[in-house]
Amino acid sequence: MQYTLLIVLLPLISFIVLGLMDSKWKPQVAGIIGATVLGIITLLSYITAFEYFSFHKINGVYEKLIPMHVEWIRFTQYLHIDLGILLDPISVMMLVVITTVSLMVNIYSLSYMHGEKGFQRYYAFLSLFTFSMLGLVVATNIFQMYLFWELVGVSSYLLIGFYYTKPSAVAASKKAFIVTRFADLGFLVGILFLSFYTKTFDFGVLTSGNASVFASTTGVSFMGLSVMSWAMGLIFIGGAGKSAMFPLHIWLPDAMEGPTPVSALIHAATMVVAGVYLVARLFPVYEVYAPDVLHGIAYVGAFTSLFAAVIACVQTDIKRVLAFSTISQIGFMMVALGVSGYGSHEGLGYMASMFHLFTHAMFKALLFLGAGSVIHAVHSNEMNHMGGLRKYMPITNWTFLIACLAIAGIPPFSGFFSKDEILSACYEFSPYMGGVMTFIAGLTAFYMFRLYFNIFWGKEHKHAHTPHESPFAMAFPLVFLACVTVVAGFIPFGHFVTSDLANYDIHLDYTVAGISVGVAILSIALATIMYRKESEVPKKLATTFAGLHKAASSRFYVDEVYIFITKKIIFNLISTPIAWFDRHIIDATMDGFGGVTQWTSSRIKSFQSGQVQQYAYVFLLGTLFIAALVYFIH
Amino acid sequence: MNFLSLFVLIPALMMMGLFVSKNRKQIQFVMATGAILLVIMSAAVTYMYLTERAAGNLATMLFTADTVWYAPFNIHYSVGIDGISVAMLLLSSIIVFTGVFASWKIDPLPKEFFLWYSLLSIGVYGFFISVDLFTMFMYYEIALIPMYLLIGVWGSGKKEYGAMKLTLMLMGGSALLLVGILGIYYQSGATSMNILEICKTNIPIQAQYYLFPLTFMGFGVLGAMFPFHTWSPDGHASAPTAVSMLHAGVLMKLGGYGCFRVAIYLMPQAAHELSWIFLILTGISVVYGAFSAIVQTDLKYINAYSSVSHCGLVLFAILMLNQTAMTGAVMQMLSHGLMTALFFALIGMIYGRTHTRLITEMGGLMKIIPFFGVSYVIAGLASLGLPSLSGFVAEMTIFVGSFQETDTFHRVLTIVACTSIVITAVYILRVVGKILYGAVQDKHHEHLDPATWYERLSVVTLIVAIFAVGSAPFWISSMISDSVMPVITQLAK
Repeated sequence: MQYTLLIVLLPLISFIVLGLMDSKWKPQVAGIIGATVLGIITLLSYITAFEYFSFHKINGVYEKLIPMHVEWIRFTQYLHIDLGILLDPISVMMLVVITTVSLMVNIYSLSYMHGEKGFQRYYAFLSLFTFSMLGLVVATNIFQMYLFWELVGVSSYLLIGFYYTKPSAVAASKKAFIVTRFADLGFLVGILFLSFYTKTFDFGVLTSGNASVFASTTGVSFMGLSVMSWAMGLIFIGGAGKSAMFPLHIWLPDAMEGPTPVSALIHAATMVVAGVYLVARLFPVYEVYAPDVLHGIAYVGAFTSLFAAVIACVQTDIKRVLAFSTISQIGFMMVALGVSGYGSHEGLGYMASMFHLFTHAMFKALLFLGAGSVIHAVHSNEMNHMGGLRKYMPITNWTFLIACLAIAGIPPFSGFFSKDEILSACYEFSPYMGGVMTFIAGLTAFYMFRLYFNIFWGKEHKHAHTPHESPFAMAFPLVFLACVTVVAGFIPFGHFVTSDLANYDIHLDYTVAGISVGVAILSIALATIMYRKESEVPKKLATTFAGLHKAASSRFYVDEVYIFITKKIIFNLISTPIAWFDRHIIDATMDGFGGVTQWTSSRIKSFQSGQVQQYAYVFLLGTLFIAALVYFIH
Repeated sequence: MNFLSLFVLIPALMMMGLFVSKNRKQIQFVMATGAILLVIMSAAVTYMYLTERAAGNLATMLFTADTVWYAPFNIHYSVGIDGISVAMLLLSSIIVFTGVFASWKIDPLPKEFFLWYSLLSIGVYGFFISVDLFTMFMYYEIALIPMYLLIGVWGSGKKEYGAMKLTLMLMGGSALLLVGILGIYYQSGATSMNILEICKTNIPIQAQYYLFPLTFMGFGVLGAMFPFHTWSPDGHASAPTAVSMLHAGVLMKLGGYGCFRVAIYLMPQAAHELSWIFLILTGISVVYGAFSAIVQTDLKYINAYSSVSHCGLVLFAILMLNQTAMTGAVMQMLSHGLMTALFFALIGMIYGRTHTRLITEMGGLMKIIPFFGVSYVIAGLASLGLPSLSGFVAEMTIFVGSFQETDTFHRVLTIVACTSIVITAVYILRVVGKILYGAVQDKHHEHLDPATWYERLSVVTLIVAIFAVGSAPFWISSMISDSVMPVITQLAK
């Protein structure tokens, strides 16, 4: 399956060409090139998926294919970075997800970004992002993944800061990069730990289940914790940064400063699930050698999910609601991985996590693109500038509703099936975990319908000009993704992606399903009462729970903590004193050497006055002194 | 005469050519021809070196030649190269070439400027081809002196102060070095000052204990090792563009190269025993430089402190005393040389237009001078270690190499050094955000001249080199790695 190389390389070529030509070409040309390339690689990905899932199953188990790999740089006898392509169920699934969403975004942007300055640059960056993301998912070794991980971070930085004359966008891009970079530091050190003891970067070797690979880690500890816990914990920090897990989530809501299609692609469907993908990729290692970390992941995921869901209930910027919703949903995926075991039924969480990743990518991209369509029509992100739009934008309305139903977990939409599997896995782990996650699922349904009713129902806002439905290039991706959302739940996902690569038949657990659907319907009903028509209830609630409401609106002050750390501690308490110390102590010492030399020479220079009388005088004194000395010694 | 000496001869011929040049055109012609010849030379030498190695020549130094200079004192002129010298020669040629074009329209006194500039390159090239301690030291001094005049005459701001400080501090370093070199020669009992001869002898360990710190510090001053780095911000801030490029790009590498070739190679036992002291100092450099850079407001100061951090990493990696880390150190020298030259070139070009280097007085330049804006972003990304640009491979090699040392002391220091990747991101993005993005700060900046062809040539060459090293690191890495081997064998003795 050599042609998979093209899937990765074509976007790179497209980036280079578009980047070099930049404004020499007309915007449309750049857009069409970008979209065409994406079309080709989407097709290739589908072919890959078809071929892989149909023909590469041996004895009921999917094989891992490496159609291509080269050594890129060699560090030591054992450690070398290879660049290659690894095909296994999760990477093939990710290929499909990334290319599909990316294609939709490319088509959508043709119209959405029309007339923007830097249209060509935008398409170049999109191609760069797609390239990096594809390189990340097909990585054959952890260092290749890290390499593309960094590239993904930079393309995200460039795209968030696309409107570079806008200070808020510049600040957001900077924040996103630095926060994720900080997390990547953990990732890097984790890789160093892991590779030092296992003597390999290769995923194949790491996940082969061969215990001798990890032989040298037994009994080794560093500062009180076993090395494997260190390594896998640190690697997870990297994943937590990209996947916006608490407390590293703060960059994601701000990242909404980027163009909306970018949010759909990067900050909803693809890049933000990289952390989940990373944990899934190393799942066998986590499961066997660092189960404590894996449980930690479950708790971090659950807490993040709850935390973000609460905040999403009170945000008024529609993109921010979606951003927190994304954080919350990624929390679901993390929880599912965290509670999962290895094997057919024990591996339910793993399968559910990947399933949810897949369905979430589709409906969340749809939600973002729908939001973009709304923003395009009313030129505002604020909920209270909207209302009653269903009359003007029927397509957006219907597709958005489908996505809302899916994320709320209403059958037969895709989100129901994947979320239900996650909940089943959670209940099997512990009833508390299941209960908490069901509660969060209820919150999800509530805030999504709060959003939906606020945009499309409720009181109509006065607009400068009548909102209108978006053009075809924007409507098509909405409809396409809505169709996927409707049918994706029926995919027998267990036949494709499982923890042990073997078949697993999904069974609906009717108790769990019943509870979750019941909770979802109740929440939706509540949202309907509160937000479908203008009502006093939300305001009353807000005043009753004033403290909570204010805290949630301010995102529980996590940003303030960060500002305190960066501005007060790093800038004022570390950097400024160091710079002062450098100038006034170190440098002053060096200048001091010069000063002392100068002072000494100015003191002794009078000995060289050039006056003959003085020389004679000193000469005479000297002679007398020596004569006296000689006389006394004898 | 050995063909390696051409590296010294060509700049010497350029100087003669400059003497007879009558106008700017002719000066430019002489410089451009010479610089191109040097690039071709180093490409050819690289090719010859690789073919010779591929043919199975395993000698430590290739293409060696030796001439007696002054027999009573056993002073020889001897040359030879290994993979590390080849990398440094390539770097020097690229920087000299781009430096010529970055100062294409230098004013006033172009002839004199380029005369000193060529003399400086003689020193640099000579240093990298020498295998004799005396020859090496002589070239080292040749490289230092012109710096004083170049900064003092063509500099800006507090140039007399900067020039004086830089020259005196580096001279202080070379005084330590002279003692060190003579000590090595006499203590080893060798019959020549040739490094390859001395390494066969055993310097008594008591002597190594004081000679190692002397030489390491002597070279360390040039490598901007904490606390002897303060010449770097002041010196670079007042130096003219091409001089900053050459100085930060190549001259600072003399420090790392010397530490590696002289201090560690000749005194391995002391290196084992005393490396911890210098590891702490260089570890401080790495983090300290990066933190200092965060609060600076002058572009050149930011880059100078960033160089302290990056060059600190070079020495840090050398002191890890293993093959991977040392390979990384040389790659970092190459990578830092290229990107810092790019930074200084861009800063000079931007300063030439905005007449300020304070980041508080600039803003929104991306819209006005996009070529420089994009290039600056690329330089910044290289500096913060973006994969496919040179910084990434160098830093990763260093980190992986340093991590091979298992004791807690090395581990903790390595992790501390790793944090620099985050701090670097902070100051790079701060600068990029301030000067390139946002709204235009100063009305006079709304119309700035676009980049000229010679500026473009200089910048694009450097960017291409950075990409080349970063995207295809395998051959450079293996070339360097092989050449590090003799030092490793020496250390294992």
